[in-house]
Amino acid sequence: MSHSPASTENSVPILKVRELKVHFPVKRGLVFQRTVGVVKAVDGVDIEINHGETLGLVGESGSGKTTLGRAILRLNDTAGGSISYSGQDVLALRGQEMRRLRKNIGMVFQDPYGSLNPRMTVGNIVAEPMLVHKIFDNKLEIRNRVMELFDTVGLNRSMASRYPHEFSGGQRQRVGIARALASGPNILICDEPVSALDVSIQAQIISLFDRLKLEQQLTYLFIAHDLSVVRHVSDVVAVMYLGKIVEQGNADDIYRSPQHPYTQALLSAVPIPDPAVERKRSRTVLKGDIPSPLNPPSGCVFSPRCPIAEDRCFVETPISRTLSDGRRAACHKI
Amino acid sequence: MTEALLSVENLHTQFRTEGGLVQAVDDVSFNIQAGETFALVGESGCGKSVTALSIMGLIPNPPGEITSGSIQFGGVDLLKLSSTEMRSIRGSKIGMIFQEPMSSLNPVLTIESQLAEPLKIHTGLSASAANDRAQELIDMVGIPDSKTRLKQYPHELSGGQRQRIMIAMAMACAPRLLIADEATTALDVTIQAQILDLMQEVTEKSGAALLIITHNLGIVARYADRVAVMYAGKLREVGDASDIYAASQHPYTVGLLRSVPRLDSEKGTPLSPIGGEIPDLTNLPGGCAFNPRCQWAVDRCSVEEPELIEISQGKQVACFEHASVSLNV
Amino acid sequence: MTKTSDLGSEWQLTPPLSTRLRGMLGATGKAAKRDIVLGMSISLLFLGLFLAVFAPTLARTDYERTDPVNRMLPPSTDNWFGTDNWGRDVFDRTIVGTRLSFLVGFSVTLISSVVGVSIALIISYFRILDAVMMRFVDGFLAFPTILLALALISLIGPSIGNVIIALSVTATAGKIRLVRGAVLSLRESTYVEAARAVGVPVPRILMFHVLPNIVSIIIVQATFTLASAILAEASLSFLGAGVPEYVPSWGNIIATGQGYIQVGFHISFFPGLFLTVTVLAVVLIGDSIRDHLDPKLRGRLRTTAQQ
Repeated sequence: MSHSPASTENSVPILKVRELKVHFPVKRGLVFQRTVGVVKAVDGVDIEINHGETLGLVGESGSGKTTLGRAILRLNDTAGGSISYSGQDVLALRGQEMRRLRKNIGMVFQDPYGSLNPRMTVGNIVAEPMLVHKIFDNKLEIRNRVMELFDTVGLNRSMASRYPHEFSGGQRQRVGIARALASGPNILICDEPVSALDVSIQAQIISLFDRLKLEQQLTYLFIAHDLSVVRHVSDVVAVMYLGKIVEQGNADDIYRSPQHPYTQALLSAVPIPDPAVERKRSRTVLKGDIPSPLNPPSGCVFSPRCPIAEDRCFVETPISRTLSDGRRAACHKI
Repeated sequence: MTEALLSVENLHTQFRTEGGLVQAVDDVSFNIQAGETFALVGESGCGKSVTALSIMGLIPNPPGEITSGSIQFGGVDLLKLSSTEMRSIRGSKIGMIFQEPMSSLNPVLTIESQLAEPLKIHTGLSASAANDRAQELIDMVGIPDSKTRLKQYPHELSGGQRQRIMIAMAMACAPRLLIADEATTALDVTIQAQILDLMQEVTEKSGAALLIITHNLGIVARYADRVAVMYAGKLREVGDASDIYAASQHPYTVGLLRSVPRLDSEKGTPLSPIGGEIPDLTNLPGGCAFNPRCQWAVDRCSVEEPELIEISQGKQVACFEHASVSLNV
Repeated sequence: MTKTSDLGSEWQLTPPLSTRLRGMLGATGKAAKRDIVLGMSISLLFLGLFLAVFAPTLARTDYERTDPVNRMLPPSTDNWFGTDNWGRDVFDRTIVGTRLSFLVGFSVTLISSVVGVSIALIISYFRILDAVMMRFVDGFLAFPTILLALALISLIGPSIGNVIIALSVTATAGKIRLVRGAVLSLRESTYVEAARAVGVPVPRILMFHVLPNIVSIIIVQATFTLASAILAEASLSFLGAGVPEYVPSWGNIIATGQGYIQVGFHISFFPGLFLTVTVLAVVLIGDSIRDHLDPKLRGRLRTTAQQ
């Protein structure tokens, strides 16, 4: 994250998503179901993550960021496009191969209360990936590895025989991280991993992610709506709006000079915890609500809220272009 | 100093839980002046929402109970009022907005009837006058197409619009105090900015005071004139927003400020989180409740409870070591 | 955060079955000692089992032979529960009836629970199977239980084994519907999703992530099934689809007494009392098992015990 190798240009992408589409049919009727519409939760998304890099995926609710993360692990069906993980076609994987993919890509969930089985001891929760992937031959090795993982994520070893309800939110999230690490993945997909936690606990978990990245050369897909958190962890940032990526590129560039009007508005809406700075900032407060993904606007999806939209924005869908500094943005006005 | 609009004195609110008696609000005192924006900041379980509910007279009893203290509002002690009197204060003099507007709106009534009803009760307006006023209010909170919106039901509106309706309802009788309890936490950032701007605008226009209850330090920095930081049921630091952020003198405030990543920070700035866990209210550490997580803690802190004392004009801190506490250590 | 677990207990991946069994029995023993109602419930159930096995040898009269001279006698020192309309001793018939009632009740509960839960778990993961099976179940549930059981028995012939089969089939349909609903909602839970995300295969998800979390529903439903099966057996016997009238079962005796409820209240009352007490005991034990299987409640039980 913060101290990552800056040589992002010449490394090979470990994860590559091309033109990915995830559509959810909207059904009516109980017995004779008919499709009455389609939610294009992810609609033609391209992202690449290089080894050892953190891609921060930001967006508001309904942007499709969570769906994208789940689609990479094949937790959702896709409607088109391709995903490749170190050269392997993820969408073509079946059965055993798919399980191997899930060994190599770990996932941390948002909800620290719901993501742990209440009837399993946390030790067993962390051990489970090792059991199902048959990483060790005997129980003693698994046990030792669980203990190591507890140390790694900062949990007390003696807590392994307890049940999730005995832990605080932050501790549960540490258990979730230990579980994600247990199969020895090289990519971690973190879906809003700190948004349910208190401020002081958030910082602890983010620091843990920082440390893990350094120690274990992890690659992250970090999904969050909190732009300050994403700023802290990311090397590369992708901004999503209604199923499309509107801007993506180097995190420093994007935060310093956002080009897409949505990115600009999003950044200016986040207050900085310092009155001296915050009250002097000029802000663009967006009008209106995020449109329903069931009925997205024509042309550019952002056009109805865009402060600088012109006639063609309402008709013509902008194509993502590469700008001079290497970032990509989808806007007619750049 | 002029008479404060709201003056909370030594408020104690406790809850009977399975784990024992919990002092959710423990000796809390603060004032809110007319027209100012006051922020109550803290993490979950610190007692900030219970404080707001105590002011509103909405503490469920049992298991909760206000055991002592006073809440002076416009020269009246709210704790001495009957529940009927309190209800009329709630509808007209103090407005409140909650985190989840859906739970405060009746799903089977139209927006119009929900807005007009309290107007008829509290101001004695006729039905048609109340409906006209309802439309005025909807226009005021910036909901376009007010005529059709009034006929709709809550589920037909977006989260942001529902929160606008809540603001309209809260402001309907021109209250002198508006309490927003984590009112924008569930909203997206761009909507959050709209709603907070709106709250600031409507309270400024009507001269009402605004009490913002939040865990978001960014929101406090943008909107609050004065801030009170709460931890484990007690106020730890109270002062002007600019002063708290620039020169906090309580270790907890300092820790919080250092914990939040900032949009404008240099890349690679490491975070320095507060270690440890938020304590369980049924099992608080002795002395100052923050001492196990505090880097400035001395022996005395684990035995003795520091009082909230005024250390300079308008600034109060509850810490023995406040003189040596600073953001830049 | 509450610290309720034993600090001393070391975590083990899978403790040997013997330790787990010992733990469970030990916990039950301790709970029974602490909780007088639970202790009594367990003792009552054991007493019932004892009667089911030995009652025919304990009976002092020939409980199947009619004795018209002594019919409809009220309870006395000779006939503790009185005699019925055929002059048979109600006490003897009741304790002997335990055997049949226990057999039907527990068999139906066990069979329908195991089969129903298994089917529900499996179909909830296969959409087409689910659609077919559920229409089938809906069809079954559209008929009154007794009517359906009666139809089945008329197909396969009246016998105690067939009563068990018929009642199990109808009880299973209800279980499938109930458990399937619970499984479907659990399947959407984040922890099941998390298990999928780490590559846990479906059978393991069902066994370790879904099943343990629906135990309380299964137990509550099982206690209900037990009571209704014992009663249903009576109705079937009454209609001539079960065992003959002279063979005692609680249901049979209650059914016999029904016609004489105003003149011979005792005939139905005593077997009814046995039935009520049994069902109550099972419900209480089920409740306690459920609490002890839930780590959250278990912790709370332990802390309240310490206070």
